Amino acid sequence: MSITLTQAAANHVQSYISKRGKGIGLRLGVRTTGCSGLAYKLEFADAAHPEDLEFETNGVRVLVDPKSLPYLNGTELDYAREGLNEGFKFRNPNVKDECGCGESFNV
Amino acid sequence: MALFQISEPGESPAPHERRSAIGIDLGTTNSLVATVRSGTAAVLADEQGRSLLPSVVRYLPDGRTEVGFLAQAHQTADPRNTIVSVKRFMGRGLKDVAHAENTPYDFVDEPGMVRLRTVAGVKSPVEVSAEILRVLRARAEASLGIADGESLYGAVITVPAYFDDAQRQATKDAGRLAGLNVMRLLNEPTAAAIAYGLDNGSEGIYAVYDLGGGTFDLSILRLSKGLFEVIATSGDAALGGDDFDQRILCWIIEEAGLGPLDPRDMRLLLVKAREAKEYLTYHAEAPLAARLSTGEWFELTLTSEKFSEITAHLVQKTLGPTRGALRAAGLNVEDVKGVVMVGGATRMPQIQRAVADLFRRDPLNNLDPDKVVALGAAMQANVLAGNRAQGEDWLLLDVIPLSLGVETMGGLVERIVPRNSTIPVARAQEFTTFKDGQTGMSFHVVQGERELVADCRSLARFELTGIPPMAAGAARVRVAYQVDADGLLSVSATETSTGARASVAVKPSYGLTDGEIERMLRDSFEHARDDMHARALAEHRVEGERLLVALSAALDADGALLEAPERAALDGQVALLETALAGHDARAIRQATDALNRASETFAGRRMDAGVRRALAGHNIRSLEL
Repeated sequence: MSITLTQAAANHVQSYISKRGKGIGLRLGVRTTGCSGLAYKLEFADAAHPEDLEFETNGVRVLVDPKSLPYLNGTELDYAREGLNEGFKFRNPNVKDECGCGESFNV
Repeated sequence: MALFQISEPGESPAPHERRSAIGIDLGTTNSLVATVRSGTAAVLADEQGRSLLPSVVRYLPDGRTEVGFLAQAHQTADPRNTIVSVKRFMGRGLKDVAHAENTPYDFVDEPGMVRLRTVAGVKSPVEVSAEILRVLRARAEASLGIADGESLYGAVITVPAYFDDAQRQATKDAGRLAGLNVMRLLNEPTAAAIAYGLDNGSEGIYAVYDLGGGTFDLSILRLSKGLFEVIATSGDAALGGDDFDQRILCWIIEEAGLGPLDPRDMRLLLVKAREAKEYLTYHAEAPLAARLSTGEWFELTLTSEKFSEITAHLVQKTLGPTRGALRAAGLNVEDVKGVVMVGGATRMPQIQRAVADLFRRDPLNNLDPDKVVALGAAMQANVLAGNRAQGEDWLLLDVIPLSLGVETMGGLVERIVPRNSTIPVARAQEFTTFKDGQTGMSFHVVQGERELVADCRSLARFELTGIPPMAAGAARVRVAYQVDADGLLSVSATETSTGARASVAVKPSYGLTDGEIERMLRDSFEHARDDMHARALAEHRVEGERLLVALSAALDADGALLEAPERAALDGQVALLETALAGHDARAIRQATDALNRASETFAGRRMDAGVRRALAGHNIRSLEL
């Protein structure tokens, strides 16, 4: 079981957390919604829940709730630029298909 | 494949429901757009990585427009169709536009707001501004990955703190015309304070020193419990970084002994001057060299000391309004907890030093002074779009630029709400009747700092009727001024014994430009002495007239108490006062009033005795409960 961040993603996360002034790491998750069934959660984590699974990757603490982990296992989070746009990109091997925009997906 | 931003805990948006909000600094010289990404505010750059968009719009014959650097490049070749500094025309009539004759534009005077005739037709400043906003909106949509058919959630646009209602409305209209949902207009100094995170538990007084390309604004903010109040503003609408370039240009011409220059050489030298100015921010001296169109070549070195010396008076010119704003707010420099620097011109070391010396503390300058307003606007937009973390909320308050008052007898102004009061505000004062049996009162609501109504701006008039007949000075009329959060003034007058009431609502800032506000303020300082005399004259007149009215009523009632010679002497004094009242000598009126007061003392004494006798007639001493 693993979730990883690329170096670029980790750098951005660390910079955002330091500018935000608080937070212990990143929380990743999924929830059911959207046009293709599932949607990602990508949030700052201010506290760990007892049931959380933790991964340490490139110096960033990543928290995932146990229900989400099967959908995210093996995911690599990257930071990318597309034209003027920039942001985090999920490379999730579990995804079978996703909606056109990639904001929701199926496994 | 979608790109994601990090949300606050529990705030991850549903797919396609991201609430992307932007902050726009719609500047006189340059404009910027910023957003909050993964909790951090950042200015959005164009494809070439440039953050600033020159606030320049060029209209082409085929109806297309060029905005920004492209338009700026054609500024000299096509001046009439290339609109620069359109912000100065927002919400202004032609008469409000300073030095219209010095601009290359073909103005069309229209009621409300001036228009500009271009090759693509007549354009309003709102339309021109909307072109700039449209480009920024497109940049934001590309940067935020907003697909076709989706839209930005909303925008916050900043305006100078002194912008009046018409200018704010025009800015809002420009946003709407550009297809933006304008969630709020935000004062520029407040945006700068937000960018510095002063909302996070900072308390106390902060000054915002904003020296842009062509304008200087100083604002005093009070922060308490996350509340931002702009408590005073001042500045100079014609002072900015460009004036420093101009000083270097003059220095070059003198040092190099250059003769009359053609416009192209002037522009070349101005570019060189600006480069030298920017170079001197990080270096002790700047090389200056150029070949003119005449073939003339010059080579100079401008040292940092020399630059400070030739611009010392410009730096001084910013310190006057700075002290003025502190005075207006009733504060000393020691009361100021921090100074925020805004505007590219504040990078100049001599400015940093002068501000540090004045406030006896180093100014806050770790954010890019060109970007700080846009960053704060983006943070406010993010909050308004509902992307806030818990406990993050801001309430913003504003001030009244000029005092609100009421006309009193003699054409004098009684100030009810003083200038720089924060809104919303409510103030009341009691007035009384001037004549016996007076049953009505007429109210004249005015705005301004001068002592005489004639020198202030008339806002509204209304009448209160139904006051029960009483002796002069016995009625009690409460006049209440209330200004709500949108700057709407309502005035009411209530006679307290009967509850008779009348009221009126006005928009005090409507149609009042910052130039007018500035002029009215300047006038009030320059005419302080005249005003004092005028007030004294008017007050003595009112006093003299009041005495005549009272005496004539008394003579009608009890004239028989006087012997004929006494009556004649009194009439003589009355005539003297009437003559004095017809003139303009405050002292003569005062003296004649005093003389009549003395001359009527005997008469007043006899009336009192007669009154007491009447009251006591038929009573014995024991029935009087004293």
